[in-house]
Amino acid sequence: MKKQTGILALTVAAGVLGLAGFAVANASRDAILQGYAQQAGVSSFSAEAGKALFLSTNTTGKPETPSCTTCHTSNPLNPGKTRVGKPIDPLAVSRVPDRFTDPAKVEKWFRRNCKSVLGRECTPQEKGDFIAYMSSI
Amino acid sequence: MKYTITTIATAAAVAATVVFSGVTPAASAGNNAFVVTNPTTKEECSACHMAYPPGFLPKRSWQAIMSDLSNHFGEDASLDDAATREITNYLVSMAPAEIRGLNSSYTIIRISQMPWFTREHGARRVAYAKSRADIGSISNCTACHRGAERGYFDDD
Repeated sequence: MKKQTGILALTVAAGVLGLAGFAVANASRDAILQGYAQQAGVSSFSAEAGKALFLSTNTTGKPETPSCTTCHTSNPLNPGKTRVGKPIDPLAVSRVPDRFTDPAKVEKWFRRNCKSVLGRECTPQEKGDFIAYMSSI
Repeated sequence: MKYTITTIATAAAVAATVVFSGVTPAASAGNNAFVVTNPTTKEECSACHMAYPPGFLPKRSWQAIMSDLSNHFGEDASLDDAATREITNYLVSMAPAEIRGLNSSYTIIRISQMPWFTREHGARRVAYAKSRADIGSISNCTACHRGAERGYFDDD
């Protein structure tokens, strides 16, 4: 009941601000998470594990990008910077509401960046944990 | 201040060109190898860096870069087949076969190593760009060339 009220309030606020897509954006992200949960065979994800993955330093990927933080900084609430100096919007959903709402975009960047940083693709579990972390801060 | 004057002068020059030549910039840009006009190329490349114009490298260099996007200067920049094909076709078709000063048997994949680039910038500017946190690297054209994405680089 409390959750329903929250969603209603959010929808009303979004409508007032002319951001009708906001509630829809959350539904898209939920669907992406649900897909990863199904693939991983789990019912929920761990924001803590996502945080650990985000902050981890690795030697298995490309030497130029040992960590997510190489470009995104260690605080996802802050903007990052590509290796040539171009700004990257913050990863945190609270800062950029349409983060993790476009399935093709999400898959594309997980594929590329996990290969750059880890030297392999991320598992559905890791992807879910990562999004859970970015949605929790 | 100098920049403002330059900008106004540039805008006036562009406006004059449009008015007097009767050609819209969009129409003429279609044949300009120094402005990226292909939307897919612009969108995908500029996700990480300015979409460098095809005229900066010879055809064979773009071919080499686009055939190894999984190892793109220390990052995996791979794209799906359709996008890779479209961008390759655009860059290769717009790029010159040869660029003056570069031996045709040599395939350079770093724009910053092209003879025209090192001549224009020199080691001092490369080091300066790197030392400035707000610039990051010599690959960040727009930090100094404000009109770079419109094909305007003569503002130095």
